[in-house]
Amino acid sequence: MNKQRAAAVLGLLVLAVAAWAIATRTIFASVIGFVSYGLLLALAWVRLAAVDVAITEAAIGGGVTGVLLLTAYARLRRTDEAHTEPAPPSPALRASAAVLSALVAAGLAGIVLMPVSPAPTLAPLAVDSLPATGLGNPVAAVLLAYRAWDTLLEKVVLLLALLGVWSLAPDLLWGGRPGLRHPMQRDSPLTLLAQLLPPVGIVVGVYMVWNGATAPGGAFPGGTILAAMWILVMQAGLADAPAVGGRALRIVLVAGAALFLAVGLAGFVVADAFLAYPAGYAKPLIVAIEIPLTLSIAATLGLLVAGPPARRPEA
Amino acid sequence: MTSATLYGLMGAGLVGLGLYGLVVHPHALRKILAFNILGGGVFLLFGVIARRGASAGVGGDPVPQALVITGIVVAFSATALAVALAVRLVEETGRAALPFDDPPTGRAHRAEL
Repeated sequence: MNKQRAAAVLGLLVLAVAAWAIATRTIFASVIGFVSYGLLLALAWVRLAAVDVAITEAAIGGGVTGVLLLTAYARLRRTDEAHTEPAPPSPALRASAAVLSALVAAGLAGIVLMPVSPAPTLAPLAVDSLPATGLGNPVAAVLLAYRAWDTLLEKVVLLLALLGVWSLAPDLLWGGRPGLRHPMQRDSPLTLLAQLLPPVGIVVGVYMVWNGATAPGGAFPGGTILAAMWILVMQAGLADAPAVGGRALRIVLVAGAALFLAVGLAGFVVADAFLAYPAGYAKPLIVAIEIPLTLSIAATLGLLVAGPPARRPEA
Repeated sequence: MTSATLYGLMGAGLVGLGLYGLVVHPHALRKILAFNILGGGVFLLFGVIARRGASAGVGGDPVPQALVITGIVVAFSATALAVALAVRLVEETGRAALPFDDPPTGRAHRAEL
């Protein structure tokens, strides 16, 4: 009974915060609402017994997406001098949008209220094959063993998105540093935070990757926390964003996907299929892939937030 | 009603709210934000399916859970690209809004083209 009450309270709270983020007048308030929404949603994921998802949602859904939107808002405010708030749509359009959205929500609610019985599940299969992977966390086993193909492609999607962002730079800025240099303010709380938090954050991120094999965590949540620390240091002006033309940076960016692909291709020779691990070596190989993968993810996420090159490359 | 069902209803509500925001807000950043709220609702529905599939000693089916983790990262990549496009749009045109095509002005637009 208490569980239902907690679910009802949390559900109403998340819906209220989401509604506020949609309805509020200013973009700034809307982004703040969105960050709170992401953090509350992470609580719902914990209640749904999906701690791995909760960590990812809190780190990426709330945190890094929030920073991305806030940075973009600050840039738009600088450029958009006229501050032309676009005209809101007509009441008729708003009413029909509301009816359409309510219909879609009602349809989904109907599906939720009429569950199939017995519920379809792959949990027994995933748990039964765990010993073969040497892992203790079934979600990590799905990500890096049973469906490693998805995770490899996901890493490629991240790189493609970064290429897309970089390609929006004007020609003469290509290869330069992204964003404007943030001036360091000696006595600001941000500088203090950027000095205190990263040592702790780096330990937490590394712990999550190392422990991800047996407990909730893994390369993506760990990489996100490392990226968050890097973004914090860049925003406080303690370190400048790297020039996107740098060779070392590009090696770090592709290392994760490249090693993953190499191990996958080696699977043809040493095991029997693409991305198959030889018996007994699954766990060491997975950990070996996860380490460069984490660094690549952290670098890619940080640069996605930093945006396209905005300064001329130094000769 | 189980708590998983309640979270499912919340997911359905979030999809509705996000869809509404996506349609009615002319500003590009707010469209992107609404789309992310919509996505959060879809992911939550996956979480409910995973929770209902709990068996073999785990609290939820790990396959949909892993799919959602992949989904969150891909959604972030798409969001970052969309935000960069929106910023570029403002730098090029000075406007962050996508114009509405009301039926009468829509015709006028076409005539101009």
